[in-house]
Amino acid sequence: MKHYIPYHQLPEGGIPPPVTIYGPGVRWWHWINGLLVLVLCVTGYFIGVPPPSALGDPSSLYIMGWIRFLHLASGYLFALLAIARLWLTFVEKGISHHLFVPAIWRAEWFDGFMRQIRWNLLINDQPKRYVGLNPLGGIAMLLMYVLPGFIIIVTGFAMYAEVTGHDSWQYALFGWVTTIFGNTMDLHVIHRLAMWVMAGFVCIHVYIAVREDVMSRQTMISSMLSGERQYRR
Amino acid sequence: MADKPTFYDVFRQRGVSRRDFLGFCALTATYLGLGPNGAASVAHAMQTKPRIPVVWLHGLECTCCSESFLRSGHPLVSDIVMSMISLDYDDTIMAAAGDQAEEILHDIIRDYRGAFILAVEGNVPLANDGMACIVGGRPFKKKFEETARHAKAIISWGTCATSGCVQAAKPNPTRATPIHKLVDRVPVINVPGCPPIAEVMTGVISYILTYDRLPELDNRLRPKLFYSQRVHDKCYRRAHFDAGQFVENWDDEGAKQGWCLYKMGCRGPTTYNACATIGWNENTSSPIRSGHGCIGCSEDGFWDRGPFYERLPDMQQWGIESNADKVAAAGAAGLGTAVAVQLGATAIKRVMKRGDKPDASATQEEKETQA
Ligand code: HEM
Ligand code: SF4
Repeated sequence: MKHYIPYHQLPEGGIPPPVTIYGPGVRWWHWINGLLVLVLCVTGYFIGVPPPSALGDPSSLYIMGWIRFLHLASGYLFALLAIARLWLTFVEKGISHHLFVPAIWRAEWFDGFMRQIRWNLLINDQPKRYVGLNPLGGIAMLLMYVLPGFIIIVTGFAMYAEVTGHDSWQYALFGWVTTIFGNTMDLHVIHRLAMWVMAGFVCIHVYIAVREDVMSRQTMISSMLSGERQYRR
Repeated sequence: MADKPTFYDVFRQRGVSRRDFLGFCALTATYLGLGPNGAASVAHAMQTKPRIPVVWLHGLECTCCSESFLRSGHPLVSDIVMSMISLDYDDTIMAAAGDQAEEILHDIIRDYRGAFILAVEGNVPLANDGMACIVGGRPFKKKFEETARHAKAIISWGTCATSGCVQAAKPNPTRATPIHKLVDRVPVINVPGCPPIAEVMTGVISYILTYDRLPELDNRLRPKLFYSQRVHDKCYRRAHFDAGQFVENWDDEGAKQGWCLYKMGCRGPTTYNACATIGWNENTSSPIRSGHGCIGCSEDGFWDRGPFYERLPDMQQWGIESNADKVAAAGAAGLGTAVAVQLGATAIKRVMKRGDKPDASATQEEKETQA
């Protein structure tokens, strides 16, 4: 894809031709990232509230060790993928910028946003077909995924700096976060709350994706697999 | 300054033998991790540099820092450091009292302007012009301001002085304010803990007195020497943490086996202090060694991060009894309800519509459903 595609609504009648909206980068990113978020949520949950104690000799057990290793390793990947996703916005155009910059200043986008709300409150009978990211979904992604994701990465690396110590690069880059909060317990609480926001997002996201796929006369799940949005009546 | 006595002169006057003096230098060098030649350089400094007076003020506090300090592990250290300090001004342990004592303070400020160390135990309550803490008939606030201005450097003893401790816990009725927020030109060194470990206190003060400079500090003004690692990093129960073996109840098998206290609310993973290395009371024990989790007493606002026996701190924003997971559970219940309502309503709407008008006026969507 050579161009950015702005959000626009499609006419009511007929079956518009399919549009390619996602390049391979964004699609791979989406599914790998989803897997990482799942791993991070599960391991993160157990870091805060560990599973029941294991019996046996500590020399042969490494349960928390592995949980933390999985978390920290996927944490690094998650952060690297986040940077990669930002980069994709510039190199793989299509609608990849909708995630970060919803076109709130455009009347058409705003209209789509209001329609989407009414549709979800079951006030509208007819869902609108459109090219682009679902405007309501886009706002949810920004507020419940991108923002907490950013907070999670910053607090995550700040906590990591506690592990690696004051002479580490993590501390050099993220030590300022500990300075803001003073007590680094706050980092754990914020990181954990952000996890719950993100977990909430994942639930809504999956539910709405399936629901829209069934009800909104356009593809959702297969679009993230093939890159194409297809329309039906 | 040539006429001013050196530390060594003072020790000799007070009857400290040369042998004890060298012993003290060796111990100090060891605490400070100075290596094999450290003792000689400490001894040299003490014999050539003029003595730096220490003024020790007490604000809003409980004197546990002084208590800890008085119990410094090695009697040699405590004797010598105490004699260095009691020469000057410390209202709880000095011999003088009343007007006489206050006069000493004035003399030090006059004779050693910009050249004495101010050690502050406790903090300054700012509310109501400092009426919550009166020393010598005047608000401590006044006394602190007058003294701090002329100090060469300030040592903040204990969590009271470094971040407020219990008197600054929410809602902090007296506006107890940590020392480093009250001075701008004088360098401050924070030595947190409730109380700080005695050896850490003597170590810090010996360092400053012998080298005439502050030790290296971190971003929260704590000496890296003692506060650069978490309790968790050197905890002897850490193997059980990594293994995933936790005390779940105070009387369970894990407690007997000495497993990790994380689930019992141990704050070791977020607490910077030297308890795991230096220990308490001549390394007799430490909180974790005695089977009780760390409460994070050297961290900012630790009283507001309770309960001490639960891993996740309360979130008072959402009510005393809630924490991150409980807030999330409430959110999840809300979400679940919304989804259930939407699904239910969608289904009902479809059924009703199908009953209402199953003919040409149906929407495209319904036609599709019916097809
Ligand atoms: C979707 C992303 C993530 C989620 C859902 C997540 C979740 C969590 C949770 C719930 C905790 C436990 C907090 C507690 O109660 O103490 C945690 C701990 C932690 N996370 Fe994450 N996290 C994520 C990403 C990251 C990233 C990107 C990093 C950076 C490397 C990171 C580093 C850490 C560290 C260092 C800890 C503390 C480990 C410890 O205390 O031993 N996390 N995470
Ligand atoms: S007892 Fe506390 S400091 Fe020690 S390993 Fe467990 S959590 Fe860490």
